[in-house]
Amino acid sequence: MTATTSSGTAVDRTEEESGSPLRPRSSGKGPRERMASTASSIAMIVIGLAFLIPLLWVVLASFDTEATLSVQWPSRWSLDNYKAIWNEETTFRPLWNSLLLCGGATLVTMIAAVLCAYPLSRYRFRAKRPLLLTIIFSTGLPITAIMIPVYALFVRVNLIDSMFGAILFLGASALPYAIFLTKGFMDSVPIEIEESGWTEGAGVYRTLWSIVLPLMKSGLAVATIFTFVGMWGNFFVPFMLLLSPENLPAAVTLYTFSSQYGQVAYGQLAAFSIFYSIPVVVLYLFMGRTLGQGFAAAGGVKG
Amino acid sequence: MSIVATAPDRGTPAQRGDEQRPHRSRSGIGDRLTLTRSVPMIPALLLLVAFMLGPIVYSVYLAFTDNAIRGDGAAQTSFVGFDNFIDAFTDGAFWNSVGLTLVFTIVSAVIGQNILGMVLALLMERANRVVTFIVTSIVIAAWILPEVVAGYLLYTFFADEGSLNTIITAVGLPPQDLLFSLPILAVSFANVWRGAAFSMLVYSAALSSVPSDVYESAAIDGAGPMRRFWSVTVPILRPAIATNLMLITLQTLSVFGLIFIMTGGGPAQRSQTLPLYMYEQAFSYGQLGYGTAVALLLLLIGAAASLLYLRLLPEEDKK
Repeated sequence: MTATTSSGTAVDRTEEESGSPLRPRSSGKGPRERMASTASSIAMIVIGLAFLIPLLWVVLASFDTEATLSVQWPSRWSLDNYKAIWNEETTFRPLWNSLLLCGGATLVTMIAAVLCAYPLSRYRFRAKRPLLLTIIFSTGLPITAIMIPVYALFVRVNLIDSMFGAILFLGASALPYAIFLTKGFMDSVPIEIEESGWTEGAGVYRTLWSIVLPLMKSGLAVATIFTFVGMWGNFFVPFMLLLSPENLPAAVTLYTFSSQYGQVAYGQLAAFSIFYSIPVVVLYLFMGRTLGQGFAAAGGVKG
Repeated sequence: MSIVATAPDRGTPAQRGDEQRPHRSRSGIGDRLTLTRSVPMIPALLLLVAFMLGPIVYSVYLAFTDNAIRGDGAAQTSFVGFDNFIDAFTDGAFWNSVGLTLVFTIVSAVIGQNILGMVLALLMERANRVVTFIVTSIVIAAWILPEVVAGYLLYTFFADEGSLNTIITAVGLPPQDLLFSLPILAVSFANVWRGAAFSMLVYSAALSSVPSDVYESAAIDGAGPMRRFWSVTVPILRPAIATNLMLITLQTLSVFGLIFIMTGGGPAQRSQTLPLYMYEQAFSYGQLGYGTAVALLLLLIGAAASLLYLRLLPEEDKK
């Protein structure tokens, strides 16, 4: 950090102007910094390669009809794996079930969260702090640990193997975090804008729908996508609550994939994994790094 | 330094609304919660009571019964007092899974994800921009993949004829069979692979809020890189580190699918953490009451960790 004194030479100014002061870049730095930067890059590449190999396997194996457990360059590139699973039973129905389950549950979560966040964000009341603390506390509870009682309860009230029941449970399990996140975003919408809506005679629900929500669109998108992606990857909940094959989402059919054909066709398993992963990857690309930060904010504590 | 502060558009005027509150309540609208104003909260409260509180209360009941899918407790459920807990505390397999859960949490979360996440966040600050972008994308990709997919990918990586052995035999090292010889280490590595991105994002957000002049003055005072890390970076990041540790511990405690896919808890229960033990007892052996007692213990550990997390959270998030 040699060039940041206030002597005011040309070099100093370009140094200060180029890039954020928080992230020193290698340009124009002394040999020591350049070496540190090169060493950092090399270290990052090594870590990146270690992380890349399993990802590389799934991509390469999906195009290789003779895929094994090891990562290898396909001797012949082919789409046969994709063709083999390109049917309703293996691919379309599980993915449709996933969409139904996670889309439905996301809808339940977000509607309930927005409605609940509004009074929490706008009004004062004595139970507010304890209520918020309870909500934050329950974001940390391991959902895994309540799945056995939920199963037993669902058997009793005859909700087991019901898509509707699974949607409600999945929706409820994501609710605490969604409320917490939504309330945070809602707090940043100035109340003054709403007050003008009220004086014009618009009701609370109307102002919420046509004034508040449009102003927190990006925050709402982060919360929605976060909720959806978390549910899409969830295995334990549908694994416990849904039984009949025609109800199972992709997370569970992928687990049963091997037994279906007796012998595991790794190429097909890889191809199906890719189909199943594409929605979350696309949503991530769509949201860019904001989603990553949304996730980080989220704590992602869902089990 | 809260992680939640990384969410966009925070800290705008409405958040500082506290000082403005008094005079707003004097205006006609008021800001007190009335009965009609609390109506929108009903759907959320109903869902939470029915599907979160309900099962938790029910599990307290179930844990003290001999409820079972088949056998004695299936036809008629009766109270057994603390029998389930006594059974658990005297069962070697239970303590085995407690020990494995501890190893799994410490190795994969507290050490693995936490340190690798910090290292990556520190490297991001210095490394070439393109390299940083590509590598962080790969690390994040590992994190957003569905749990079952991650389980399969890491299974193939560690399998006897998998990628790891192809690579290490190519450089002349003896092949490893971690899934068989030390399965808990294999699933721990898998959890690091899957979870490092989270800590990386948390730490890189926290690091970007550290003013650079702090480092400069430390450097001028003659502090080397290690010294600067320990006596400047770590103290400033302490809240972020504490929160992150709490969150990844909570996540790791409830990992089920990843281990279930990779090893199924085996071989011979050598990677059977508490969630897998609980599942096996409840469903393979049909002992719902006993399984619930174990689940309740897991829930209590989670609740304790969650309370700690609550205490660590900055005050502005609780308003």
